[in-house]
Parts: sequence; structure tokens; C-alpha cells
Amino acid sequence: MGAPESPHDAEIRRLAEARAAEPGALLPILHAIQDRLAHVPDSAVPIVAEVLNLSRAEVHGVVTFYHFFRTTPPGKRTLYVCRAEACQAMGSRALETYARKKLGVDFHETTGDGRLSLEPVYCLGNCACSPAVMVDETVYGRVTPQRLDEILA
Amino acid sequence: MADTTKIFVPSDTTARSLGADAVAAAVAAEAKKRGANVEIIRNGSRGLYWLEPLVEVQVAGVRHAYGPVTVGDVTSLFDASFLSAGKHALALGPTEDIEYLKKQTRLTFAHVGVIDPLSLEDYRVHGGYRGLSNALGLTGEQIIATVTDSGLRGRGGAAFPTGIKWTTVLGAQADKKYVVCNADEGDSGTFADRMILESDPFVLIEGMTIAAIAVGATKGFVYVRAEYPQAIKTLRAAIELAKGAGLLGDNVQGSGKAFHLEVREAAGAYICGEETSLLESLEGKRGMVRYRPPLPAIKGLFGKPTIINNVLSLSTVPVILDKGAEFYKNFGVGRSRGTITIQLAGNIKRGGLIELAFGVPLSEILHGFGGGTATARPIRAVQAGGPLGAYIHPKHFATPFDYEQFAAVGAMVGHGGLVVFDDTVDMGEQARFAMEFCAIESCGKCTPCRIGSVRGVEVIDKIRGGENQAANTALLRDLCDTMVTGSLCALGGMAPFPVLSVLNHFPEALQARAGKPEAA
Repeated sequence: MGAPESPHDAEIRRLAEARAAEPGALLPILHAIQDRLAHVPDSAVPIVAEVLNLSRAEVHGVVTFYHFFRTTPPGKRTLYVCRAEACQAMGSRALETYARKKLGVDFHETTGDGRLSLEPVYCLGNCACSPAVMVDETVYGRVTPQRLDEILA
Repeated sequence: MADTTKIFVPSDTTARSLGADAVAAAVAAEAKKRGANVEIIRNGSRGLYWLEPLVEVQVAGVRHAYGPVTVGDVTSLFDASFLSAGKHALALGPTEDIEYLKKQTRLTFAHVGVIDPLSLEDYRVHGGYRGLSNALGLTGEQIIATVTDSGLRGRGGAAFPTGIKWTTVLGAQADKKYVVCNADEGDSGTFADRMILESDPFVLIEGMTIAAIAVGATKGFVYVRAEYPQAIKTLRAAIELAKGAGLLGDNVQGSGKAFHLEVREAAGAYICGEETSLLESLEGKRGMVRYRPPLPAIKGLFGKPTIINNVLSLSTVPVILDKGAEFYKNFGVGRSRGTITIQLAGNIKRGGLIELAFGVPLSEILHGFGGGTATARPIRAVQAGGPLGAYIHPKHFATPFDYEQFAAVGAMVGHGGLVVFDDTVDMGEQARFAMEFCAIESCGKCTPCRIGSVRGVEVIDKIRGGENQAANTALLRDLCDTMVTGSLCALGGMAPFPVLSVLNHFPEALQARAGKPEAA
């Protein structure tokens, strides 16, 4: 029993073994896997567990605890919309609704054409120029629906 | 040939979120076109965020500011000979004379926005590493006595005296000790940690090194949130530079003492800003809160004595060791000594970073510095200290920035973040969000937080829907009481504070929506 084999298994094992000796290596390993594959596939759980001599339950528990790790591949780009208070004060609730409607997806979903994933984020530290969104690793401030159209164009 | 003119274009996340990269490129292209001899330095931000992108030109040793600059302004800036500080609609005069900055007391943020974040030379020229040099001539006890005498309290939010924490670690016997920096700045309305990481990373590295030398720790970790990719990159680059210069490693500044520093990336769990949960995460586990005792200072990371402090606390240590405890202590009021870095955010005309000695009234920040709301409507409420902080009613705006005086009106200074709301805010919805956020971010270990937050959302929905309002309001207060007194950590223990502040100071917000009559 277990996750089906994936073509990435050898790569995952290599990434895990490269950092296995570090203290508290699990998060750095999961980050390395997600940096490479854009997600942490289910097949990574038994491999990482074996390399670190942990139970699968422990590894699964960590992957699912942290919002940042995803177990399915994201779209080509990911749009993070800030939902926290400073952005709320500047109209992020309306922006959030606009983004959902425009993309036709809810949070944690990807558009049908696989181009964009929509994720909530609780603060990008851009609170003096709210509302903020981030596309992959680029942050945008004072985002209106119109500006969002331009950003995603 | 004319001398090279230095032009500063911030590389800070907020400046970039408003187009600073494109402005830097446009300035470079325009200078090339005109054959102007310029050097573009990507400094950090001064924190005058409403003026970003803020471009500075150095003329005869004085930096002159222009802002907010867009790509479309670049040609006209050159036409107005801004390279010699010429007049222009965007000209703000010498940067240091801008009122917003001039009125501040920048100690922790002394170099932020001034220097090139990744220039060790720049950092040293501006006084960097003097604190460490002094520390290396002192015993651990003497270093800690200086920190204790300065009155520095934890700037992460809990305001626990930093020196006392360090004393406990110094006294603990162990084969290995750690210094951990909490850079999991998850509170909305806060960005001071990010600014240090992006704009002056060496000050944090220096502060952590002093902490390590003081207690005999040889290894440090900075736990930075994944939402701050640029901060992570900058800090990692700075650590490599410090290693290369012998400021980190086996022999710190030739002292024979070792200190190794590493950045660990968080993974989007708000709870990991809680120190014991952060330690669990660093150990590679789920970020579940630990029971206390034992204190992290006795049994912290991997079971070893650990200093765990916020970015701002650690970054304030160098100036204290450089200028002395007396110097720092002489700023402030009551038991709040030194400076507080206020982050003014949300619906505000002039948002940004404001470092001041403790004691300035909240109203001075909101109106004097902030200029009121961005929407030009009256301020309805200010949430201070992040998502677990109370909403402050305008009747309390005269309260001075001081840990104890904020507490006296049921609010908290926390990490110094202020989120401003105008009168269009639905305070009932804000109360609901506090519980919703707690439900999303609860680690799940204790029942009051895990279940209480979910029930909190439900009860608030009932009240807002007009269902048994009086009884449900009593129930909500009861629930808040259970969470406050029964939760294991500050998340469940403080998430009720914004809710209670709405009940107490904005009572109409949780009644007015009732379309239906009260059930009998």
C-alpha cells in the first residue's frame, strides 16, 4: 500500500537526502521539494519519512499543518489576495469578491485552463499601501479591481 | 568629466509594489541617454510609504528627495535638473528635513533607508558593528546588565524584559545554546520586521551575534515567514557577506568565539509567531504550542537553553551596546523605555514607519503624522497590535504610547502596528473576522481556541442575524471569557479582545443589523 510512484521520486529522494543531516530538516526538505516541483506530491511522504526515519503520519501531519505547502500542482501563476485587516480597511473584501468572480474560482482553486491559482494570504507586510496582492513572488500595492486586471493581463 | 551623482531608489517590498524597479530602470535609461554620470543605489525604504517610490539624489553630501515618482515623471525630473537638486513638482527638499522623518527618533531604524542593505562598508560607516566590538570587551554578565539596564522589553508584543530572558539562558548549564530570531511577522498592519530584514539586515545579524556572545550560544536561526521572499533573499545574502568578513563563523571578529547563523523559511502558519510553536516548527514538526514551564530559556530549541526574541528587540541591541544603557533608557516614559517603532497602516493618508520615544499620544500619530484617513472620512476605529488587539474607540485616542497606559484602556501596543478604519467600517464584521481568523489559524491543541473560535463565528452570525440577541450576546461574552482564561497561548487567549472591544465600545455594531424582532 502507499502512494503511487511518480516520475519525481528519484528527485525527491535526492532533495531529502541532501539535507537529511541538518537538525530539524523536515521543513527545509519540504520547501526544497516545493521549490522544485511547485507542490509536495503525495508520493513524497513515504520517501521523506524513510529518509528522515519518521513515520508517514508525522510527515503527512507536517505537510498538512502548514498553509504554504500544497499537495496538488498550482496553476502557471498563483495570485495571493491579502485578506487581513489593513487590507480590509481599504476595500480588500470587494477586491476578493472581484477576483473570485473574474477568475471563476474560489480560494484554493485553479482556473480551468490551468493558468492561475487563487490563494488567500494573511498579510504581505505591505499594510501602509493596502490592499495588496502577490503574484508568485511579486507584491503589488493599492490594488483596485482595474489594477488587478492590468496585473493579470 | 563630472563626478558621479548618487541616486537612491528603494528596493523595499512596498516601494517595489508601487513600481520602484521600473523607476530605477527608467532613471538608468534616461541618464544613459543624456550621458549623465550616475550611480544608482538600491537602498531600503525610509518608511515614508505614502511618498514611495521615493527617489533621492545626493548633492554636495546632502540627499534630496523626490516622490512619489512614477516612470512617467523621470524625463521631467531630468529636465528639471534634479541631478543638482532642481525644482520640480515632486521635489520634497532635503530628505532629513521632511517633517514626518525629522520628528522621529530613529535608534533601531537609524540606518534603514539610508544605507545600501548589502553593503557592509556602508553599515560600518554609519556606526555598524561598534556595538559588537564593545560587547567583545565585556563579560556575558556585563553585556546582559547593559541590556537589562536599558529597559528594553520584547518588541514582538509580549513586552517581557529582554535582559531577564537572557540572564536565564546565561545561567542555564548545557553543552549547546541557541539564539532564535522570531521573524514570523504575521500581524496585519505590521511591517517593521520586514523593513529591518530588507533594509538593514546587518543590524539584526549584529544583535544576534551580541546575544550569542553574551550567553555562550554558538548557533542561531532566523525564522522568516514564507510570505516575505525578498526579506529571505536579502538576509541570506547578508549572512554570506558577514561570514566572508569574519563576522560570523568559528571566530567572530577574531574573538575566538563561534557563532553560526542560518535562515529558516516558515510555511504560512500564523501560530508559528508564538515562540514555543515556532521552536516546534524549527525542529521540523507541526507548529503546536508547548506547555510552559519549562521556559524556552531553560529548555528551548532541541531541548537546549534558547534566547528567542523578535527582530526589533534583537536589532535594538547594537545601539544599546554602542551608546550605552543610559542613552537608551533616557528615551520613553514610565516602564516603557527607549523607542517604539509604530507602523501606521490601513485607511490612512500618510502611512509608514514612525519610530518615536514612548509617550506620544495615539492622536498625534493618527493626525499629526498620518493626516487622517486616506478616504478623508472620520476615523471610526483603530486596531492596535495586530489581529489579536482591541479596536480602539476615538474616545481613547489621547492615550499615550506606553505599554501600561494602553493596557489601562483595554488595548495593547503589541508589535506597534496600527490599522485605521474610517466610518464606513462594519465593526460587527470585524468582530466576526477576529474569530474567523482564530479558527483558521488555531493549532488545535487546546479546546477553548480550537472549538471556541468556531463557535464564536456562529454566535456572532446569530447576533448579526437578529436571533435571540440578548441571550446570544451573553453567550458570546461567556465564550470570550472561556477563551481568554482557558487557552494555552495568546492566539485563543487574545482573539476575544477585538470582539470584546466591539461589544464594549461599539455596542450598536452588534445590534443594529437586527432586521427581525428579538425572539421572546
